[in-house]
Amino acid sequence: MENNVIISVKGLEKSFEDTAVLKGVSIDIHKGDVVCVIGASGSGKSTFLRCLNLLEKPTGGQIFFDGDDLTDKKVNLDLHRQKMGMVFQQFNLFPHMTILENLTCAPIMLKKISKEQADAKAMELLARVGLADRADSYPNQLSGGQKQRVAIVRALCMEPDVMLFDEPTSALDPEMVGEVLDVMRELAKEGMTMIVVTHEMGFAREVSNRVIFLDDGVIAEEGSPAELFGAPKCERLRSFLAKVL
Amino acid sequence: MNAWLDKLYKTFIVDDNYMLLVKGFGNTILITLCALLIGVVIGSVIAIAKYYAEDNKKLKIVNVICDLYTTAIRGIPVTVLLMIFYFVIIVSDTTGITTAIIAFGINSGAYMAELIRSGINAVDKGQMEAARSLGMSKGQAMRKVIFPQAIKNILPAIGNECIALLKETSVAGYVTVVDLTRAANLIRTNTNDAVNPLVLLALVYLVVVVFMTKLLGVFERRLRKSDGK
Repeated sequence: MENNVIISVKGLEKSFEDTAVLKGVSIDIHKGDVVCVIGASGSGKSTFLRCLNLLEKPTGGQIFFDGDDLTDKKVNLDLHRQKMGMVFQQFNLFPHMTILENLTCAPIMLKKISKEQADAKAMELLARVGLADRADSYPNQLSGGQKQRVAIVRALCMEPDVMLFDEPTSALDPEMVGEVLDVMRELAKEGMTMIVVTHEMGFAREVSNRVIFLDDGVIAEEGSPAELFGAPKCERLRSFLAKVL
Repeated sequence: MNAWLDKLYKTFIVDDNYMLLVKGFGNTILITLCALLIGVVIGSVIAIAKYYAEDNKKLKIVNVICDLYTTAIRGIPVTVLLMIFYFVIIVSDTTGITTAIIAFGINSGAYMAELIRSGINAVDKGQMEAARSLGMSKGQAMRKVIFPQAIKNILPAIGNECIALLKETSVAGYVTVVDLTRAANLIRTNTNDAVNPLVLLALVYLVVVVFMTKLLGVFERRLRKSDGK
């Protein structure tokens, strides 16, 4: 098991000024894992995810990705980030570029591939999420669900080893949640390693192989979805589940 | 009517006085465009330098220098700045045009810097995060993602700055530059006709400003295309 660990978090801490948000989180993520991170708002879920690619600088602990310690200043963070796709709650598509340009700008710039190659790859992925006909549109012409599907494809165009999802459906109208979850389900089926911060308990139960319950900056409980949803051990998780289910 | 045409003839045609205006117009445009270019370059450099300096304590000195520059420029009238450059710093420039370009450029740079900085700050923080999460460096993200959006945000304000700059150059006569204003004023003193040269002068500025406003509108419309409206 040990050799296919892709991300290893050791004693991760993060405080904003005086408030400690993460108080020592440790976990190993293996290749092909689909890990859902659940917890009440303010429990540090998003901060935990954003620390993994160092969008937030941890104030303590280490994060190993492919064996390299990302918190080490000498590590080439940009190179590692290319291997960690991220999808945001607010999509964060680039509004001044067409959909196709959104998808190809990073691969062309960073992977030194030709525009033709990048276009072809982008169009192929775009077709798979059913948006090939929107390649020349601008992000503002798309619905929320379409934007989020494009955002997922944008991350995939960099051919990442891991995908991080930060509440990908929380900003969507209810009727658009399904189309985004479908894409993520598809991705999980193909064996992509995914870490998903989510409020979609149904998705967590059905798609993930591991669930983490974060509470007050620590992992309060962790295990298979059947264990966590079926037989929650800690009191906080029981009361959390009672509220959301 | 005939008397007025006669007067116009005496004022502008005799002694080829109109050539003075043409030359002055050319100088005004030349100074404005070159100063604008310098202003945009200085402004962008300072705005980006300050953006980097904000979260890097080692670059604190850069921040201080930039602040000093903008404070000094905002506090000194451009006419005074122009004279200091002409009579104190660049004493070898006889026509004054180079000096005027440099002085107006440096002056405009300070205002541009503040404009561009506000434009950069107005771009949603998620844009930088998305770009960084794809693996772009801060510089690449700035160039490809942040800066184009910032410029788009502040285009109307930059247009206003261009118009202000054009009109500000009318004080270039202080350092012997024959710009549009000085040309008209020379004609006034040479011909004892105050009305016609000055009214024409005002009209020329007005027409140029209206033209610039139209041009800007075209730009904005083209950029707004991506808003999907």
